[in-house]
Amino acid sequence: MKKFFAAAIAGLGLAVTASAASAQAPSTLAQVKQRNILNCGSNTGLAGFGVPDAQGNWQGLDVEYCRAIAAAIFNDPNKVKFIPLSAKDRFTALQSGEVDVLVRNSTWTMTRDASLGIVFTGVNYYDGQGFMVRKKLGVTSAKQLSGASVCTQQGTTTELNLADYFRANNLKYEVVAFASSDETIKAYDAGRCDAFTTDASGLYAERLKLTAPDDHIVLPEIISKEPLGPSVRNNDSGWFNLVKWVHYAMINAEELGVTKANVDEMLKSPNPEIKRLLGTEGKFGETIGLTPDWVVRIVKHVGNYGESFEKNVGQGSLLKIARGQNGLWTKGGLQYAPPVR
Amino acid sequence: MTDATIENAPYAFVRKETLPQESPPLSVAGPLAWIRANLFSGPVNSLMTLVCVYIVVTSVPDLVRFYLIDAVWSGANRDACLADKVGRPVGACWAYIADRFQYFIYGSYPIPQRWRVNIVFAMFALGIVWLLWDRMPLKKVGFFFFFVLLPISAYLLLLGGPAAEGFLRTLLILTFALMAIYLVLSFVPGLARFWIGPAFLAVEEALPPWKRFYRVKRLILLSLVVLGVIAILADSAGLPRVDTGLWGGMVVTFLISAVGIVFSLPLGVMLALGRRSRLPIIQFLSVVFIEFVRGVPLITVLFMANTMLPLFVPQEYSPDRLLRPLVGVALFAAAYMAEVIRGGLQAIPKGQYEGAMSLGLGYWSMMRLIILPQALRIVIPGIVNTFIGLFKDSTLVTIVGIFDFLRTIEATLVDPTWATPTTRATGYAFAAVFYFLCCWGMSRYSIAVEQRLAAGQRR
Repeated sequence: MKKFFAAAIAGLGLAVTASAASAQAPSTLAQVKQRNILNCGSNTGLAGFGVPDAQGNWQGLDVEYCRAIAAAIFNDPNKVKFIPLSAKDRFTALQSGEVDVLVRNSTWTMTRDASLGIVFTGVNYYDGQGFMVRKKLGVTSAKQLSGASVCTQQGTTTELNLADYFRANNLKYEVVAFASSDETIKAYDAGRCDAFTTDASGLYAERLKLTAPDDHIVLPEIISKEPLGPSVRNNDSGWFNLVKWVHYAMINAEELGVTKANVDEMLKSPNPEIKRLLGTEGKFGETIGLTPDWVVRIVKHVGNYGESFEKNVGQGSLLKIARGQNGLWTKGGLQYAPPVR
Repeated sequence: MTDATIENAPYAFVRKETLPQESPPLSVAGPLAWIRANLFSGPVNSLMTLVCVYIVVTSVPDLVRFYLIDAVWSGANRDACLADKVGRPVGACWAYIADRFQYFIYGSYPIPQRWRVNIVFAMFALGIVWLLWDRMPLKKVGFFFFFVLLPISAYLLLLGGPAAEGFLRTLLILTFALMAIYLVLSFVPGLARFWIGPAFLAVEEALPPWKRFYRVKRLILLSLVVLGVIAILADSAGLPRVDTGLWGGMVVTFLISAVGIVFSLPLGVMLALGRRSRLPIIQFLSVVFIEFVRGVPLITVLFMANTMLPLFVPQEYSPDRLLRPLVGVALFAAAYMAEVIRGGLQAIPKGQYEGAMSLGLGYWSMMRLIILPQALRIVIPGIVNTFIGLFKDSTLVTIVGIFDFLRTIEATLVDPTWATPTTRATGYAFAAVFYFLCCWGMSRYSIAVEQRLAAGQRR
């Protein structure tokens, strides 16, 4: 009788483990490989981060992040299906598995990280609220804006940040708020206010819509933290690592001077750090489910972080955003990647 | 006493020829009179005329200057539309529309595959002309072309891929099989006795073989031609799958509207009949559907389809992201259509129903031959109203991340390549012209149809 129970319990245990194993869905990487295309949740249109060009191909910093992941997995940056998501349905699309990774200029906040079932993998763009003023005002710092009228959009965190900053610095100011971003920039252009404020990346894009963009400057102060980064579901740490390390690989490549143009020569480099990064020494790529030469593929197809930045939002683009906070840590910025070893 | 004649009274004046006609006085005819009668017939009208003149005089010259005289018509990037780069005041930046025109039509549809979209557009235009233009022959064949062959071809060509090619193969085999059957029937019509009955058989047998069953045969022949051409194209150029995520622009706007219009009318008729049905379950279900759909905003339906649905349905069974709003829009329009048509049904006098029944017609024959033709004619304005509303509502799909025509314009507005102070005004003006032309075309056509169908009531 005892034996029978033991057998029954063992059988039950087996059944439970078996069902648990079958309930375990295949890893995201396996799904992506099997589907032979990466589903990337992208923006419906944001200058420098994700915009369709005249041929309808998506271009931008966030878009290139997805292309880099595809290059690392498939050696083909075009094996990406971009699924444009609105601000409202972006996290649901990620939770439900409609997209494998969400690279859609989403701000990394504690609530989102902790309660949505998603996890941010890093920061591919440090954004924050900035100010734009006319050059002829002779203002070089936001601290000199005392008594200024500031154009901003109604009911956004922008408006609250503005109040916080001016109060903290004991500056007088007057808010001129508008319902849409379009009205706001029009009012600023018409001279209704001295300064215009929104997220810094947006300031550069809005500046181009002014009648004389060159008469305006963006002040160096950033008064809020808006770390933008990709996110993945929090139930697959392997995939989380892969997405995270694609970004680190691009930063390490920039730090070590590996570019799109010289990556083939760099393969012969005696520098051990470059050797580890490019997979000529060690098999670090295999730890995240890829082949050892995964970084070579990323850099060859997309470039390092600096190249991607300059091409999409920096000096190579019309936005001409300075590296600033997004510079390498060695150059006073915040972009820092753990070593490959 | 003599008669008072000319001869007898030589000095009397009698006109011998008629005078030439005088033009009417200026106060009752001519432009001045027209102005007085139509624009200044009273104090209120005079005031309104003056206000309108003021509005026109203050706005139109500026609009013309902005959109035509100062406009920039050609250029490669934003420099062409910047006032300090060209050295003159700059109005609308039409160069931007020209540069992005392809994108507004096709969205991100891959350039080497765009010929497929063009074929579907051409078929759509042919189908529209065939059905809507009064003088086109073979209306029934056109009906079959538009409602059966066009959707199939659009699916095969626009989407493509192995599944579509397999479907095409099946359809071709089916068509060939039907052709073989009807070829046999042409020579041995007796085989068809069981489903067409002896009376029709006698009619067919009286005809020479090639004319027997010609109604069915010409449909098969047309299907064979259309499917054959697609098969040849698929064979020579290939039809790789183009994911619906890449579709955009006018293609998507027309697709959503066409699907909505094509499905909402028959569905609406069924729902309207269901709501007036005497069968309690059918009536109840129709009422529940109509009232439920009319009670929710379209935005909610779209959110449900694209944001909530993926959470309940496993990813591998989840329908396509474009298909979901298509179904949503079609069902939504159907509920409104049902109420419009029900209005028409209620306007038909009871005598029409009784007359039809006294002729021995069954329910469906009565509806098809007597009631619906009259009811639908009455509600043409309402039907077209729903169509126009549906066409404009198709822009709502942008909130679930689908790139319809308006969304493609908005997406290019953020592009720094064309960021200028006037780009936005130009983009939205272009959208306004597009939507106005489409909606106005629909309403003009409906007026023409109304007049044609009302010929019997004209006195």
